Amino acid sequence: MTATLDVLLWRGTAEGSYRRYQVPWRDNQTVLDVVTWVQRNLDATLSYRFACRVGMCGSCAMTVNGRPRWTCRTHVSKVADGGRLTIGPLQNLPVIKDLVTDMQPFFEKWQKAKGTFAPSKTRIDPIETIAPSNPARLAADAAIECINCAVCYAACDTVRWNENYLGPAALNRAWTLVNDARDAGNGERLTTVAADGGCHACHSHQSCQEHCPVALNPTASIAGLKRRAAQAYFSGAIKL
Amino acid sequence: MNVRLYLWQRLTAALMLPLLLTHLVVIFYAMRKGFSAADILGRTRGSIAWALFYGTFVSAVAVHAPIGLRTVLIEWTPLRGRSSDVVAIGFGIVLAALGFRAVAAVVLP
Repeated sequence: MTATLDVLLWRGTAEGSYRRYQVPWRDNQTVLDVVTWVQRNLDATLSYRFACRVGMCGSCAMTVNGRPRWTCRTHVSKVADGGRLTIGPLQNLPVIKDLVTDMQPFFEKWQKAKGTFAPSKTRIDPIETIAPSNPARLAADAAIECINCAVCYAACDTVRWNENYLGPAALNRAWTLVNDARDAGNGERLTTVAADGGCHACHSHQSCQEHCPVALNPTASIAGLKRRAAQAYFSGAIKL
Repeated sequence: MNVRLYLWQRLTAALMLPLLLTHLVVIFYAMRKGFSAADILGRTRGSIAWALFYGTFVSAVAVHAPIGLRTVLIEWTPLRGRSSDVVAIGFGIVLAALGFRAVAAVVLP
């Protein structure tokens, strides 16, 4: 093992270039450790984003050797190609500076897909009883652990090609709510996801599920939305 | 792509699949039998069945292909909204015109 990592970091905004840094290669070192080492020891002007460092917040996602990843949960030993790391900002999002992307388009689409729970009851009503074995609950459970890190969004070809596409995370969230018996917003939600830029724009390339750090399968969620939206369209429950 | 276009594309694809397979089988049959152009036209001209068969196929193609082209235009060119719709619909009209002209050439007596 070489003692030094050859690290290329993106510097600039949309216009910029990769700059080379030499970083000590240590055991049990994460990619986030590498970026932090550069910022603390070589260049204090380097901008990057992180919070929890343990894979809970989803803040530190970056492009590492061409793949979107959580840098805090990516060990250098797993990805360093001959001691080389190329680290850039997430793709498909505007770059604010260096490794920091503007997440606003990502969350705007999340809201556009009606990702917010629409309550159907008041606090006075009894709590809805949903059996753990309920098929809709199982479908929602399979997709619920998303922490909105935007790795799937950065990995998606359709997002890159079609700026109106809502993206895997927003549609995955919509699928969990479509399967939530307590939610009252599905008419509007299905109308939105059945429109241009919605679930039917997905080509099922499956990059989202290939790259998802928590092993979710947004492609399956989107396939479920396609079926549910088609049924709703056939039955006249939604109109375009 | 919205749900309406999605369903039209899937339904026309489902319609084209058996028609396409039948078309290929007919080609192999005609080749193996050594049919000449005159032999083939002798069978197709005046045939309502072949007119319906290829007329249905052309109709399905003229709906299916423009929907896919519209997606390609949106994803791979600067065209958006009405302009991509107009190009796709124009492409569908051209496909329908060429297709029905070809069908007419082989089925009209």
